[in-house]
Amino acid sequence: MREISFTQALDEAMAEEMRRDERVIALATTRAPALENEFGKKRVRFTPISEAAFTGIGLGAAGSGFRPVVHWGMVTFSFVAMDQIVNQASKIRYMFGGQADFPVTYRCTTGGGAQTAAQHSQSPYSMFMHLAGLKIILPSTPADAKGLLKSAIRDNNPVISFECSRLASITGPVPDGDYTIPIGVADVKRAGNDVTVVGLAYYVREALAVADELAAEGISIEVIDPRTLVPMDAEAIRASVRRTGRLVVVDEAPATCSAASEIVALVTEDPDTFHALKAPVQRVCAAPVPVPFSPPLERAALPDQTRIKTAVRRVLEGAAVAV
Amino acid sequence: MSSGKVELVEILRKMILIREFDQLAIELRKARRIHGALHPYVGEEAVAVGACAALRPADRITSTHRGHGHCIAKGADINRMMAELFGRVDGYCKGKGGSMHIADFAIGMLGANGIVAGGMPIACGAALAAQLEEAGGVAACFFGDGATGEGEFHETLNIASLWKLPLLFVCENNQYGAGNAVESVRAVTDISLHAPAYGMPGVSVDGNDVLAVRDATGEAVERARRGAGPTLIHCKTFRSLFHAMRDVPPPETRSADLLAAWRGRDRDPITRFEDYVTGSGIVTAAEVLAIRGQVKRDLEAAVDFAEASPYPDPKDLLVDMFAE
Repeated sequence: MREISFTQALDEAMAEEMRRDERVIALATTRAPALENEFGKKRVRFTPISEAAFTGIGLGAAGSGFRPVVHWGMVTFSFVAMDQIVNQASKIRYMFGGQADFPVTYRCTTGGGAQTAAQHSQSPYSMFMHLAGLKIILPSTPADAKGLLKSAIRDNNPVISFECSRLASITGPVPDGDYTIPIGVADVKRAGNDVTVVGLAYYVREALAVADELAAEGISIEVIDPRTLVPMDAEAIRASVRRTGRLVVVDEAPATCSAASEIVALVTEDPDTFHALKAPVQRVCAAPVPVPFSPPLERAALPDQTRIKTAVRRVLEGAAVAV
Repeated sequence: MSSGKVELVEILRKMILIREFDQLAIELRKARRIHGALHPYVGEEAVAVGACAALRPADRITSTHRGHGHCIAKGADINRMMAELFGRVDGYCKGKGGSMHIADFAIGMLGANGIVAGGMPIACGAALAAQLEEAGGVAACFFGDGATGEGEFHETLNIASLWKLPLLFVCENNQYGAGNAVESVRAVTDISLHAPAYGMPGVSVDGNDVLAVRDATGEAVERARRGAGPTLIHCKTFRSLFHAMRDVPPPETRSADLLAAWRGRDRDPITRFEDYVTGSGIVTAAEVLAIRGQVKRDLEAAVDFAEASPYPDPKDLLVDMFAE
């Protein structure tokens, strides 16, 4: 299978969906020359830096028959548009009794690790998960990114596509032609028996690297990628934990009220899964600080393979691991 | 703009219906028969009715927290509006929205909105859709003087003008942003002056003169339909009653002289228009009485419809969250 980058995969999804459905339009503060050349400036708009307005424009155009894809740039800038996200997009369908659909996709980059400092290194997934009414995708591979973004654009609801900055240039196999990845279905990225590690975005890769390394010690790690945060495929995670009895969740957001917290709650409040637990669960999250700039400080703030390994060993304490 | 009798009678009927709907809603709320917060449109009827008289059914509008007038002016069914105020399943939003969130997408009414200026970007999106559809559609956003203090107002004016969107900015300057008089919170009280800063025409009209509002809107609609872009229409009117009530209306703090001046027969948008159409011999006094009688009966029927409709079943709590 051909290998392309995460960014190329997302670009392909955009072009293919715009080709497939002329009601798909793009709004962004940066120009997209390839899309402009193919689809014209009517459908590919570059906007003033007016996040509140173009977030609401996307919603209004969605309620008027179009399928806008709105790019906030970094998630940081979405905070300027919070009224349109929190009060409007997340509530508009239910509040009006389901009388219209709002097929709008909001894209943005997330995450730290690139020395972009406090404002531009955020992973505030859970702020948006908390708003009933928004679907949220968070892919970790080029193939998932393309398939999930295509599903998001075809979905008849507001969907947020969180696209991890540290994944932008990574490459991976991507199928040729049209395919989608369903929203709301987790993926087992590596099967294992001793510990379930749920990773988010970049930390799926880090979890896989740890799984490779610890396999040499006879520790068998199952790596699960939720891929979608709303709706969360809780059953896939629970089923894995019921087999392994051990859970580590890795998320580069701070732990408080995080996606990691939600995953832990979904696992532990399920009686069968709770009773299958052999050790307290572990969250590996960012330190509760604004992400600092200087590389040693930033590294200290964010999860890494060492911390994941420590957490894995902690949930295995006292366990006799088959060699 | 020329006006036929049928159109003028309909304008009068809608203004009376809005007035009586909200007066009735106040009584129903005081009697605890309906729920939540209520923002009456009394005194501002000429803005919604005048502006919507210049729109086609397929044109789209967004409204505000004070939205009953815009719904009725755009052609909403008062039975379903009333059922929504009663929180019943036959309400426009199946009881999920209430007074502040009535919408009827089938008639291009994209929703009242509890956030000041919150509907403006959404209307701008509807205008973008209309521009892309190339079918001559326009969108209009209603907003108050208070919305001019919000960033969404300025952002939306700029984008609409930059992209020459078929959008009408209809400002109903009712002199108050919640409890604050406009001159106490705005450096510039002539809202139309914001228009030239964004490269679009701005006009100020007497917002209590329904035909003046209709004609100003009509010019803006014509401009928008031919692709020349948005217009800001500043309608100077008056919030005759309070900002909002819950169980009881709040005490009136404005001077009796001020209220009397705006509520006078020659200034109130309804009596003034009524006197115009009867005085010019277009409509007889008997016909006005008949309109008022019909409005009263229609509203009684709306209350009956609402009360006959069941409350939503709690088992349907999660219905309508996500589209298939």
